Amino acid sequence: MREHLAQEIVRLKRMVSDLAAQVEHAVQQAVEAAQQADETLARRVIEQDDAIDREEIMIEEECLKILALHQPVAGDLRYIVTFLKVNNELERIGDLAVNIAKQVLHQLDFGVFPEEKIDFAPQMEIARQMLKAALDALVARNCLEANETIRMDDRIDELNREVIERSEELIKQHPELAEYYISVIFISRHLERIGDCTTNICEDVIYLELGKIVRHGGLPE
Amino acid sequence: MNAEADHSPVKISVRNLNFFYTKAVQSLFDNNLDIRANRITAVIGPSGCGKSTHLRVYNRIFELYRGQRADGQVLIDGRNILDPAVDVLELRRKVGMIFQKPTPFPMSVFDNVAYPMRLHFKLSRSEIADRVEAALKGASLWDEVKDKLKKSGLALSGGQQQRLCIARAIAAEPEILLMDEPTSAVDPVATLKIEDLVLELREKFTVVIVTHNMQQASRISDYTAFFYKGRIVEYDRTEKIFTNPSEKKTEEYITGRFG
Repeated sequence: MREHLAQEIVRLKRMVSDLAAQVEHAVQQAVEAAQQADETLARRVIEQDDAIDREEIMIEEECLKILALHQPVAGDLRYIVTFLKVNNELERIGDLAVNIAKQVLHQLDFGVFPEEKIDFAPQMEIARQMLKAALDALVARNCLEANETIRMDDRIDELNREVIERSEELIKQHPELAEYYISVIFISRHLERIGDCTTNICEDVIYLELGKIVRHGGLPE
Repeated sequence: MNAEADHSPVKISVRNLNFFYTKAVQSLFDNNLDIRANRITAVIGPSGCGKSTHLRVYNRIFELYRGQRADGQVLIDGRNILDPAVDVLELRRKVGMIFQKPTPFPMSVFDNVAYPMRLHFKLSRSEIADRVEAALKGASLWDEVKDKLKKSGLALSGGQQQRLCIARAIAAEPEILLMDEPTSAVDPVATLKIEDLVLELREKFTVVIVTHNMQQASRISDYTAFFYKGRIVEYDRTEKIFTNPSEKKTEEYITGRFG
């Protein structure tokens, strides 16, 4: 019984790692598509999302099956619950990557690119780093790394505010480019949401290890 | 039960309890435990860890066996029941016990339940009849046996026999009910019936239940004590034990890594 459950958990862990890799890749591609205004890449991100959605459902079914058949407790229970929640966040991040890709296509449709571009490369870089660190923390069950990653989220929020303020100024100066800058605001907002989802994953890692729910500002020392 | 402080008073307070089967064989080591009133406390642990032995100290039933000895204190409502001056008959009325295998007496259903009343209280026939009905209702058995009160208790099904034993225990008007694996000899449906009953009994009694069934402990108990090799490794709220135990040994046991 115990051995069987251990094997199921190993299998589930592998499935979640695979999904995480796919999502990380999607975010990476969406960011590149935005930076280089690359239509092909943006379309690829959108197409690949179906596979992510399918994988998410398979993982959820697997978790429910283990809960029903093995009735895990203590550390095993926290593992399955964490997988369920992380699975959800990963799927959401995949959607956000798609949203970024759609904005890129929208900008390309719009066809006018202003001279003054807004650089959200730093924000993208932090989002990417956070996601990678969160997934590493999950695999290694490393609370300290999860905790440090959560703290990076403040920086993305700050950059998001700066992008919005700058875009608002530029919209006032160039009302004809309003649609473009609104799209920029959307992309910035999606990156900020990726930071939030990543923070949730880190909080799940802390729950997995310490059994403490640290959402809503309850970070341990 | 949620995580806020439990205001229920301590009913049984075990202090430095050591138990010896013989002079040379010690089976409980320095047990300390506070059991709260009107709560269900589950005692879990691998076979031979001392769960049942611990329980059997609470009503001094171990004294029926020559040479067994308990050291330390078991305070029930503040009084040490290991004190030789304690009236054992009265103690066993106050602290009822249900065993693994149903143990109906070879007499009618009615007489099984009336037996402790006749032993402990002076009651009229009609009072006894009323109280037998109340006890059978309290044990969720009345509807099934009301038409066969004169039949032998041994003619009932296993699950019914166990509930008859619970009715008999309730009839003595105890304050504490000790249950030593009360469902290990009955089928899953009867098990759930008995579990529902135990949850109802909590309203009136303090329940301590030894169980090998981890799901049973997590389903019905408020507190769980994990015993290992005669020691209490961990004692906490059941939800804490089953989601995030503090001791590695507890985690290993409840997740099936040993035992």
